Amino acid sequence: MKTPIMKDVLKLLEKDSRLSAEKLAAMTGHPLAEVEKAVRRAETDRIILTYKTVINWEKVGREQVSALIEVKVVPQRAVGFDTVAQRIYRYPEARSVYLLSGTYDLLVQVTGRSIHDVATFVTEKLATLEFVQGTVTHFLLKRYKEDGEILDGQDELERLPVSP
Amino acid sequence: MVDTTPPSRNRGLSQKVAQIPPSGIRKFFDLLSSIDDVISLGVGEPDFVTPWHIREAAIYSVEKGRTSYTSNYGLLDLRYELARHLERRYGLDYDPQSELLITVGVSEAMDLAMRAILNPGDEVIIPEPTYVSYVPCTVLAGGTPVPVPTNMADNFQLAPAELAARITPRTRAIVLGYPNNPTGAVMDRDKLVEIARLAEAHDLLVISDEIYDRLVYGVEHVCFAALPGMRDRTILAGGLSKAYAMTGWRIGYAAAHQDIMEAMVKVHQYTIMCAPTAAQYAALEALKEGEVAVLEMLEEYDRRRRVIVKGLNEIGLECFEPRGAFYAFPSIRSTGLSSEEFAHRLLVEEKVAVVPGNAFGDCGEGHVRCCYATSMENIERALERIGRFVGRVKGLGSRV
Ligand SMILES: Cc1ncc(COP(=O)(O)O)c(C=O)c1O
Repeated sequence: MKTPIMKDVLKLLEKDSRLSAEKLAAMTGHPLAEVEKAVRRAETDRIILTYKTVINWEKVGREQVSALIEVKVVPQRAVGFDTVAQRIYRYPEARSVYLLSGTYDLLVQVTGRSIHDVATFVTEKLATLEFVQGTVTHFLLKRYKEDGEILDGQDELERLPVSP
Repeated sequence: MVDTTPPSRNRGLSQKVAQIPPSGIRKFFDLLSSIDDVISLGVGEPDFVTPWHIREAAIYSVEKGRTSYTSNYGLLDLRYELARHLERRYGLDYDPQSELLITVGVSEAMDLAMRAILNPGDEVIIPEPTYVSYVPCTVLAGGTPVPVPTNMADNFQLAPAELAARITPRTRAIVLGYPNNPTGAVMDRDKLVEIARLAEAHDLLVISDEIYDRLVYGVEHVCFAALPGMRDRTILAGGLSKAYAMTGWRIGYAAAHQDIMEAMVKVHQYTIMCAPTAAQYAALEALKEGEVAVLEMLEEYDRRRRVIVKGLNEIGLECFEPRGAFYAFPSIRSTGLSSEEFAHRLLVEEKVAVVPGNAFGDCGEGHVRCCYATSMENIERALERIGRFVGRVKGLGSRV
């Protein structure tokens, strides 16, 4: 269950998961104990799924290849999209899996060490599933923005140090 | 011998201009520029970049070749949008054709207001601490500023009785600047209603600088012009600089009864012509689509406000709770230092810039202005340094 306190806290944690309960309390003006309770509650209810960091791996030179894969599915009797999706998202290679409206059904984001890794996953795992009718693979060439963060850095403001 | 004295010396400069003291902030600025790695709580503008959709609208207008003058009053579309905005927020009804003017910031609007209504010797009552431009604008327009102090015990709200005590037969206008720079004070409705009664009883005009109208926290901003009977007595000045993070665009507006507006436009058309065209397109986009961004920034200011007010009080710098703008105005009396000493030493010893309260009028003495329009990280680091500084100053004080 989402309370107003939890909402205030979640908004802040979504931007910076390192904020301590003390800081959260100071920023939101809610009592510390209430804030701690809200965070615990959000964790147990899986409202907070995990605490992660958005990393620009290119800067550390780690090779990584990603692709977005459109998957068209043959609707099958007694097998809904959820079941189909489950078969796909259990693969650790699948980083995100979405059901979409439009010309294809599932969008799968795959990340691997090399083009070869990704291609193997698509051709051997994904395309061979009996209900997968077809796939279109888009390799990712460049990341500009990730999870709301511009990789080149946000626009910097230049202000006078003192103004009226 | 050739006379090398500059001609300005021989003939003298305008006495009115000479009468205005140099800005208290300027002095401080020069010192500050000589020190590296300063955390500045001394600014008076947002730390957000103008939201992208607003910047994009200006770029688009330039691409489309909208590079000529607009009407003296400003783009008609913008004035219509502004009229709707004022109607929506405050139930105000201004004619966009004759009662709204797009200006070069609230700065220009305040200057126009003074020049349009004052005659030599007219008195203008100005609550202090005050934004730095009201007194000089009054003087330049030939008026006589009459300060009225406000204090921390009243949460820096203007007390109607104090105001009444300064009304004379020569009083022409009252300046209101709430939410206030530098104190962060917001006026309660009942006090404004009393001030409105005084304005009516003594037939005074009110120049209301409401540039921070959108930046209020947990309280209502009462628009003075929207109080019963006040519309035609009020020159409402507002702008986009603060709420939409648009200081550099230089767009503001004035709203007033047609007769006053006609006089203001006369000055505006010969001195300014019109506000910059691309910036007006940006302003149009801001008023139309900027609400989400405004609320997001407001929420962030509010968090910082809580942190800085709590922090300053914990350090022992008593700080009333500011309900508007983005300033905290703590008392530094407990340190035994004057505002200028405090600001100067804090800057030199701990590299934190705050503005001495006396830059905003005599009754600002004993306070400093801390602007929280800066990152939470900066606020936390600044509080740490201020805490260390105050501890040191007080520690020494008790040993003496
Ligand atoms: C109270 C007040 N009025 C007016 C201004 C000037 O605003 P503008 O950018 O619209 O000229 C400021 C800016 O600091 C201010 O604080």
